[in-house]
Amino acid sequence: MRSRKPRSILALAGITALGLVAAACGDDDSGAGATTTAAPTTTNAAATTAAATTAAPTTTAAATTTTTKAAAPAIDYKSLKGTLNGSGATFPKAFYDEAIAEFKKVAPGVTINYGAGGSGKGRQDFADQVTDWGASDGVVKAEDKPKYKGGDFVYIPTVIAPITISYNLAGVDKLQLSPDTIAKIFQLQIKTWNDPAIAADNPGVKLPDTSITVAVRADSSGTTENFSIFLDLAAGDNATKAWALKRGSTIQWPAGVQAGQGNSGVAKVVKDTAGGIGYVDYSDAKATGLKTAAVKNKAGKFVAPTLEATTAAAEGAKINDDLTFSLAWADGDKAYPIAAPTWILAYKKIADPDKAAALRGFLTWILTDGQKLAPKIDFAPLPGAVDDKALAAVKTIGA
Amino acid sequence: MATAPLDLTGRSQTADRTFRWVAIMAGLVVLVVLGLIAITMSTRAWPAFRDEGWSFFTSNEWAPAEGRFGGLAFIYGTVVSSAIALVLAVPVSIGIALFITQVVPARVRKPFVYVVDLLAVIPSVVFGLWGISIFAPWIKDRYDTVADAVDGVPVLESLFGQGSGRSFFTAGVILAIMITPIISSLAREVIDTTPPGEMEAAYGLGATRWEMIRGAVFPHAKGGLVGAVMLGLGRAMGETIAVALVIGSSAQVTANLFASGDSMPSVIANQWGEADGTFKAALIGLAVTLFVMTIVVNMAASAIVERSMRKSRGA
Repeated sequence: MRSRKPRSILALAGITALGLVAAACGDDDSGAGATTTAAPTTTNAAATTAAATTAAPTTTAAATTTTTKAAAPAIDYKSLKGTLNGSGATFPKAFYDEAIAEFKKVAPGVTINYGAGGSGKGRQDFADQVTDWGASDGVVKAEDKPKYKGGDFVYIPTVIAPITISYNLAGVDKLQLSPDTIAKIFQLQIKTWNDPAIAADNPGVKLPDTSITVAVRADSSGTTENFSIFLDLAAGDNATKAWALKRGSTIQWPAGVQAGQGNSGVAKVVKDTAGGIGYVDYSDAKATGLKTAAVKNKAGKFVAPTLEATTAAAEGAKINDDLTFSLAWADGDKAYPIAAPTWILAYKKIADPDKAAALRGFLTWILTDGQKLAPKIDFAPLPGAVDDKALAAVKTIGA
Repeated sequence: MATAPLDLTGRSQTADRTFRWVAIMAGLVVLVVLGLIAITMSTRAWPAFRDEGWSFFTSNEWAPAEGRFGGLAFIYGTVVSSAIALVLAVPVSIGIALFITQVVPARVRKPFVYVVDLLAVIPSVVFGLWGISIFAPWIKDRYDTVADAVDGVPVLESLFGQGSGRSFFTAGVILAIMITPIISSLAREVIDTTPPGEMEAAYGLGATRWEMIRGAVFPHAKGGLVGAVMLGLGRAMGETIAVALVIGSSAQVTANLFASGDSMPSVIANQWGEADGTFKAALIGLAVTLFVMTIVVNMAASAIVERSMRKSRGA
């Protein structure tokens, strides 16, 4: 009896070790979420031939009519069919979910799945061709491009949204902050709300001596990346620059900041803490009912975070040939300086013509009717010029 | 049916051989899977180990934006939060086990066993959400009270300083609640195996209940109890989501248990989504480190159990 016991405990120990390993690496596929639901099969002969014949004229139509967006694509959405799996950024998830649901109504033959597991995961899945399209808030690094198994791909910008500086300070309903002050706050160089730096941005406002609690993201995020790009750009390029924590989706914050999971987690920390401040995406700030600060832009004007001010930022942005661009620290009097773009990645070569047509259809819809949907769920539509360029890029997919 | 003579020997040989083969395969599968996990993870973590060298384990600087990955803060956080969990959970768990086996009358034993075991089936995310939305805000003020009380007392002052509701200690408390049912139900099983003869002998010598437990139960169950505690420790070290929610996600090494920290599973869960290249390799490197640490813990546990068994057999 006794001699058996150590062995059974050993076995138990071994099993736990295995379980722990599984727990440790289990995050690999958390949020993969591409739950493939079977597409309703609307395959009849007529639909199939229609898809084949309409595909070509559709794309030329989109290319020529660039001014009137709604009229641009004469795509027969009803003829499209197939399943498109995508994964990636959490930031545009609300918009994509809504767009997918609405698109299902115009194109019942197409089933689109989206699993939000982060931009990095979106790029990885897309590179490995696990998904048909990827969603990312960040741009693919040049050295990573050869790893993309499907070869050449295009960036299709979809929506943009402001990142707010949300705060919780009783008695102060209007707050203005310059980038240098924001940098000092988030590097914990300013400890209280009545600091001279904050007072200088807010002439005439009575600031309490409440201590500042800084809320940041616990998880790595495109929101953090865009926020840090803004601070880095605004701080300029000199040895004594105000922002020292560089750019990235994960920042080495000083000890003493409070971290929350996701935009909603940061919003909760701000809401629960008197004297709290954090960077939160527009829709979560709105949903949580947080006060947001006006931020000084490149033109020296304090601009409140609104969808209009974000579209204004995109109008002044320098759009690269591959349709990548940054909205941080944008030119223009009306531009809000902290905003995030987001892209869908699609391969130029797609073996299955039905799939290519369905993907073109979905992206065309997002860039036309889908844009009108955006403000309803707190995303800003693309400015017309960018939208036209994106529509032109869509027709290179699978061509 | 009974017409042909049964060839019992032949049949049992075949069955025996099949069983032997199946058993060997099952045993090997475990080893192969473990080996493959170790190899795959180590290969994928290699770029981080190569770039960082020993500073992967000794540096506290985790700055993905600058390509520097020092994981000390996460290793520290895992060790500290698990240690707090053990300190809180072990006495309670063994107490529960003794209560159920030695104190409670046999007929009302079942409900107690049932309730404790029920604690084990609550998903860890529920503990995490409870921790962050109810426990952390509530305990924040208690931390401040304790911090004020020990202000000026050496050692205690640095251990219990000003902090936040999301901290090493909060994570430790949540982990303690999670591992208590594991430790207590294993401890109960082990204690139950104490031969009644030895217990009665102790009573016969005039021992009180506590003396009996000390003299008969503990010496017999020592090895098993250590094993139970080690299993609890393993669970605590690997717990991901509950810890990620309550530990505060701040990569720092500090003696202050009320300060925010971070643990290895938590940082992997939080930062995996946006990671690529060396960053991803570094996260996998943390997983390898956790893997090795759990194996070491388990090996230490079995060594202790083995030794105490040998000792008690020798006695």
